[in-house]
Amino acid sequence: MAPLKSGSRLEHVLRSGRFAVTAELNPPDSADPQSVYERALVLSEVCDAINATDASGANVHMSSVGVCALLTRAGYEPVMQVSCRDRNRIAIQGDLLGAAAMGVRNVLCITGDGVQAGDQPDAKPVFDLDSVTLLRTARLLGEEGRFLSGRQLDVPPRFFLGAADNPFAPPFEFRPLRLAKKVEAGADFIQTQYCFDVPRLAEYLRAVRDLGLHERVFILVGVGPLRSARAAEWIRTHVPGVVIPDAIIRRLAGVPAARQQEEGKDICVEIVRQVRELEGVSGVHVMAFRQEQLVARIIEEAGLLPRQPQKR
Amino acid sequence: MLDRPARRAHAGARLQLLRGLQDPPRLLEAAYDVTAAALRRVRRLLVPGSGAARFVAWTERVGKGAIFDCRMCGQCVLHATGMTCPMTCPKQLRNGPCGGVRADGHCEVHPERCCVWVQAWDRSRRMRACGEDVRQILPPLNHSLHDTSAWVNDLHRQELLAPRAWPR
Repeated sequence: MAPLKSGSRLEHVLRSGRFAVTAELNPPDSADPQSVYERALVLSEVCDAINATDASGANVHMSSVGVCALLTRAGYEPVMQVSCRDRNRIAIQGDLLGAAAMGVRNVLCITGDGVQAGDQPDAKPVFDLDSVTLLRTARLLGEEGRFLSGRQLDVPPRFFLGAADNPFAPPFEFRPLRLAKKVEAGADFIQTQYCFDVPRLAEYLRAVRDLGLHERVFILVGVGPLRSARAAEWIRTHVPGVVIPDAIIRRLAGVPAARQQEEGKDICVEIVRQVRELEGVSGVHVMAFRQEQLVARIIEEAGLLPRQPQKR
Repeated sequence: MLDRPARRAHAGARLQLLRGLQDPPRLLEAAYDVTAAALRRVRRLLVPGSGAARFVAWTERVGKGAIFDCRMCGQCVLHATGMTCPMTCPKQLRNGPCGGVRADGHCEVHPERCCVWVQAWDRSRRMRACGEDVRQILPPLNHSLHDTSAWVNDLHRQELLAPRAWPR
């Protein structure tokens, strides 16, 4: 096994060749730490790391840096999402140092949704860095111990760096090359957008393997349960980048409304089982927006339990 | 600042015609190389801040504005972006498309418009010499160069085109 670069437990799981499971925690609209711990509790028993989103969908919630500080304090293993939408390079580099000081080892570098997607579309979009330059900046801090300006750090942070990818959005031929850029810039692992189209993912992975990227980066495929046919229809028309094939919506619509949530969970379990068989997939990333109680059942029914306890 | 719908409304049909010039990217690539060679010859005259440099900036504003909807970032990277201005992307992404591109290839932020990077990728496939530059990692923008001449900066201010610690 290659030596660990960060002391991250997620890195340990991935490098030891085990199939990793991460899950998304939706930060609360609350100043009470208990609301973070309640959400973490249902996830921590069944996954290797918990993603703290950074105002996803451009809706403000408790900050990812705040959530991660609470999680590390309680011994959990967070993945801190950092979006380029709201902060410039000065703020982001400072947050990275602060997070590292609080014990955050995993950082997911993303561009971020446009401000128009959220509840405050009148906000100023920043995008001073992009996901690729953010990755390289984080690596610069960790590996060279320097800020972008060249100024030296006293003690550099140690990060296991992640990036996002969306194999389901055009331009399809460019996606694997963009992934190559992210790997070149410093990505150690990838978490993808929701996968509802396994053949499309398989095609993407073929191109990724042709570039040899599956040997340089751990790919965790994004999955999640759809609550109902109506919710699925809403997501695919309102959430850019999420592609849900007609067949999935028809299947959901084909069962009584009261059973659709269960059917959505079953579809998710099937997708996890399918993607697990694909060469180049190192794990899954479960995103169950407002259905956190389903995460444990999905992971259990997909045959991914038991997992090592996350709490130190 | 990011988006200038008002300016675009004034652009009118005449400019739309010039925008069409982006579609044969090989032509632009050739024109670009010719201009670069010509300016390199008069390099010594184009001192940053001089009248000559301001004149070049003015021609860029007018010429590249008409063809590329140029936003005068002062660090032109058209070769690495399929001869498509990345500053016209609402997120000003210089290293490729975000994950929000719609199934029809349209923009997450402006659903009525085609994604800048879908166009950039497509055009890069039709470039003669520099099409593969689209794989390069571009550094973050230097915002202090806004409204200055990209040509002059390329000739005289290379050290300002990436942060000091950026790998070169």
